[in-house]
Amino acid sequence: MEQTNSETSLTNTAKPSFWQRMMAIREMGLLLIIIGLMIVLSLASPHFLTASNITTTLIGLATDGIIVVGMTIALVSGGFDLSVGSVLALSGVTAGALYIGDMNIWLATILGLAISVGCGMVNGYFIGKIGINPMITTLSMMNIARGAAYVLTQGSPLSLAQTPKAFTNLGGGTVLGIPVIVLIFIVIAVIGDYMMRHSAFIRQVFYVGSNSKAASLSGINVSKVKFLVFIIVAVLSGIAGILTLSRFNVATPSAGLGTEMRVMSAAIIGGASLSGGEGTVFGAVLGVILLALVNDGLVLLDVSVYWQDLISGIILLAAVTLDYINHTRRRTA
Amino acid sequence: MSGNETLLNVRDIVKRFPGTVALSGVSLEIFKGEIHALVGENGAGKSTLMNIIGGVLQPDEGEIFWNGQKAQFADTRHAQEAGIGFVHQELSLCPDVSVAENIFMGRMPVKAGGMIDYDELYKRSSEILKMLDSNISPRKQLRELNVGEQQIVEIAKALSLNCKLLILDEPTSSLTENEVEILFRLLRSLKSQGISVLYISHRLQEIFDLCDRVTVLRDGHYIMTRLVSEVTENDLIVSMVGRNIDAMYPDKSEERGELILKISDLSRADDFKDVEFELYKGEILGFAGLIGAGRSEMARAICGIDPKDSGEIYVHAQKLNISEYGDAIQNGIGYMTEDRKEQGLFLNLEVKKNISAAKLSNIANGIFIDDDREKRLAERFVTSLNIKVSSIEQPVESLSGGNQQKVMLGKWLAIEPKILIMDEPTRGIDVGAKAEIHALMRQLAEQGVGIILISSDMPEIIGMSDRVIVMHEGCISGELSGSNITEENIMTLASGVCQTK
Repeated sequence: MEQTNSETSLTNTAKPSFWQRMMAIREMGLLLIIIGLMIVLSLASPHFLTASNITTTLIGLATDGIIVVGMTIALVSGGFDLSVGSVLALSGVTAGALYIGDMNIWLATILGLAISVGCGMVNGYFIGKIGINPMITTLSMMNIARGAAYVLTQGSPLSLAQTPKAFTNLGGGTVLGIPVIVLIFIVIAVIGDYMMRHSAFIRQVFYVGSNSKAASLSGINVSKVKFLVFIIVAVLSGIAGILTLSRFNVATPSAGLGTEMRVMSAAIIGGASLSGGEGTVFGAVLGVILLALVNDGLVLLDVSVYWQDLISGIILLAAVTLDYINHTRRRTA
Repeated sequence: MSGNETLLNVRDIVKRFPGTVALSGVSLEIFKGEIHALVGENGAGKSTLMNIIGGVLQPDEGEIFWNGQKAQFADTRHAQEAGIGFVHQELSLCPDVSVAENIFMGRMPVKAGGMIDYDELYKRSSEILKMLDSNISPRKQLRELNVGEQQIVEIAKALSLNCKLLILDEPTSSLTENEVEILFRLLRSLKSQGISVLYISHRLQEIFDLCDRVTVLRDGHYIMTRLVSEVTENDLIVSMVGRNIDAMYPDKSEERGELILKISDLSRADDFKDVEFELYKGEILGFAGLIGAGRSEMARAICGIDPKDSGEIYVHAQKLNISEYGDAIQNGIGYMTEDRKEQGLFLNLEVKKNISAAKLSNIANGIFIDDDREKRLAERFVTSLNIKVSSIEQPVESLSGGNQQKVMLGKWLAIEPKILIMDEPTRGIDVGAKAEIHALMRQLAEQGVGIILISSDMPEIIGMSDRVIVMHEGCISGELSGSNITEENIMTLASGVCQTK
């Protein structure tokens, strides 16, 4: 096949221009939509571009933004986690209940996080080691963790009194005018995005999600990878739970209801695929931002809150349809 | 052939796809009651031509005459109604319903009120299966059948439409030798009933066993049509590849190096028993046997992919103690799987990520992957294996079969193997790529790798192996070397009896 050797050349002769390189980034389309939406909203409402509106919106999306990092990893592995909202509630409630029972708040926080690790281990064990599908396993955990949160609180929210300032600062404080909770979200998202691109472990997650059989026949311990993935998701949900507790100073058993679907939608809007092997944290975070902006916009424009779900649903459907069309075009080209 | 009456005449077909011309002026004539082979390398245009005949695609130029009449098959339904049955390589059957329901899928006989007429359904299904000399029960669930029987159901489905031309795309790729025999008998019987068959296969031997005439395509061009009895295998290869492949198989090695692998008493209930053999540095050791003889199972147990009941493995006279497959890879033992799409490759991921997959420690600094090292590793193998890619960032699914196979080989070479087990390393790839892979295997052996070759392709086993071990029902039934490596000796041992210890 000497005559076709020229095809083997690996370096592109012409260097792509800045714009070509920018447009090759998958998330670019989403970013442009978000910028466009921001322009429209700032024209439509004088309240949009105010510091208080932006801060409130960012605080509102911080916990979703933290959890979406984990959800994206789970989607890349070929699974997903429906129990994130319940684990959020359980870790917050556990920490809150222990604090009310006179435990040191930091120790209570650690135990709250430990509970979330436990939930993740159970998910990971059933999915990774036994091989039960993620849908059933995490649906069960969703009910188990939520149930446990209700049992612990007897169904009613527990108010925390006289919590140390250092703790309430996590959810309510600011550094240089930026809310701490938002800073925590940004740090986790940046680390998550870097890990997604460069960590050797996450690379194994990509292999498992792309083709788990080929992964195990390439010497990758698939069940261990899945086990760890679900622990990561649960820990991030637990962190979100502690931050929610700190922000409201109330341990609410119904906290985080509906988080799982919102976060999964965001990750998928951001380019993650339900069939595994694809997804970026950057895209997923943009997905969270888009959904939050839509809600914010509806509130500012005085549209009834009942429209929120309807519009989020349409966005999700549009995003996956576009992605599907792109994919089939790429495959038949 | 009943008087060479023309059934289908395809003339000067041109088909363009964005960026390429898939067919440029291809003609094909099929007689009534003949078995006509269509051969060519991957990308020669075989599937495009089949899809045009089957109504899946429309030609840009050219004419189709069916039974002497000008015809146009706007879609598959049109082609089916005219009498063209198309059996794709991947079977399209529903495993959870009965054989009869599969045969009449979409065209169930119905009674008043739209209820399925089961009596009629089973009656008609039995008639068709009888025509195929098959004793498959139409009431059986499809998933209870083996692959060969499922293929027969697929053919029955095509025939249920009063089919006059049956197109078969690589029908034997997943059949055992026995099943192939049954299929061939069936096709010959269809031929005697006046049905024509268009037969596509990479296995040239099958064409000589089965077909009357053969048409060769290359790079979208029509090359020739000949009576099979008038051509040799080499003629076909030359016209398919467009040049002489001077050696399908490279020269064998003269000497062998030191002992690198010794297996003793390896057993697992029901799969293999008392397997004992040695592998030397620089040697290609062939494993022959019928499908189901336990060769792959044994190989997987050696690597620690699957468990073993008993037995010891020595690498360089050191006993190998591994708990999982990853450890074997770190020790330089790799198993290249037979099925590249299902078990070998990460189709949606880039070429570079596929090549680095089996040994991330090659490209990682601690817990992070070093992009530059990954790129260099991939480029090294793309160059040395002559993999045709536009970029190492290209997803593997967009490559041809032969290039995909080479990416998979690159993945295993990247672990710097001492021992490489290759299971059906050239299945389903075209002649040119096959010769390249054979040359690479010999090169590897010369560099000191011990290679275990598991193959059901008899010429490959004979052409490549320095020694051949034959397995039969899980045990080693004999070993051949030098001039004793012949098809006859291998077949005798493959169907023979186990050696007693």
